[in-house]
Amino acid sequence: MSMKLLRLFGGREASAPAAVARERLQILLAHERGLLGQQPDLLSKLREEILAAVSRHVALDPDKVIVRMERGKTVSTLEVDIELPNGLEPALAAAG
Amino acid sequence: MAKVLVVTSGKGGVGKTTTTAAIGAALAQNGKKVVVVDFDVGLRNLDLVMGAERRVVFDLINVVQGVSKLPQALIRDKRLENLWLLPASQTRDKDALTEEGVGRVIAELRETFDWIICDSPAGIERGATLSMRYADEAIIVTNPEVSSVRDSDRIIGMLDSKTLKAEKGERVEKHILITRYDPARASRGEMLSIEDVLEILATPLLGIVPESQDVLRASNVGAPVTLNNPASAPARAYLDATRRLLGETVAMTVPAEKVGLMNRLLKRRAA
Repeated sequence: MSMKLLRLFGGREASAPAAVARERLQILLAHERGLLGQQPDLLSKLREEILAAVSRHVALDPDKVIVRMERGKTVSTLEVDIELPNGLEPALAAAG
Repeated sequence: MAKVLVVTSGKGGVGKTTTTAAIGAALAQNGKKVVVVDFDVGLRNLDLVMGAERRVVFDLINVVQGVSKLPQALIRDKRLENLWLLPASQTRDKDALTEEGVGRVIAELRETFDWIICDSPAGIERGATLSMRYADEAIIVTNPEVSSVRDSDRIIGMLDSKTLKAEKGERVEKHILITRYDPARASRGEMLSIEDVLEILATPLLGIVPESQDVLRASNVGAPVTLNNPASAPARAYLDATRRLLGETVAMTVPAEKVGLMNRLLKRRAA
């Protein structure tokens, strides 16, 4: 009942299909714009250089490096998400 | 001065031909001399939507190849004396279009018309690239849906690089027209919002046309929706968009759900 009421008065679920669609599109288009050379290719360049920098120290699966830009009205954020294979934590701890 | 406007989208089925007919008729009603040109060679449909399918004798390919003169191929609308149609060929294929030939036809049309509206075929091949080649302005018809937005993004890139204006270092003036907008699904968060689409495509909005049975009804009888039922929601959206195209400032109305609060309550309870 409470969920229904919430929805009735305009409450949106966090994972509304539209939000998922927007996020998928933003990632895809950032990539395609780079490939087609239509826009300055900032995201793919950043991704490439981050991947290169981290790869010098840790073996990575390139598919597990996600660089994402959120454009806001006043500030934008850059989100870097790198998944590391298991078994590297001791090495990282030692290095840190 | 004549304006060449391309109606394009990349994706098929989003409403390019409906939009070409509706805005073409609305501009003609505003006293402009308008020609709508079908670039969908081999799959023409603008003649059908305009209700002129039985009057086609010569077509764009004939004119491009010099088989007929331009005035022989132009079909005058039976309802609006300012509105003309240049149909596409149904039997030839798009390779019959040449850049030079299309350029000549557009230049000749510029001498007599205020607005030359080019209805692009779907896709990004020859017919689509030639329909935008000589454009001064572009309407990118977009549905609030991922594949349509992706294709629109691609088309925007082409408008910024492959048009004559772009090659001369000028800009094609671009407008997004959102069509098949479903307010009920939007309010439930099931459809990309208008803000999302505009933010992703970073292009100004010309109008929002709601999904409506009136569009189908108009095409059934072969009349632009702006003529067939001017009071209908899609027609009003197209009429507003046309005024914006003419430089007027018209407040943007986002189509809303028709059901009242009571109905909504009852509907929710029933569900």
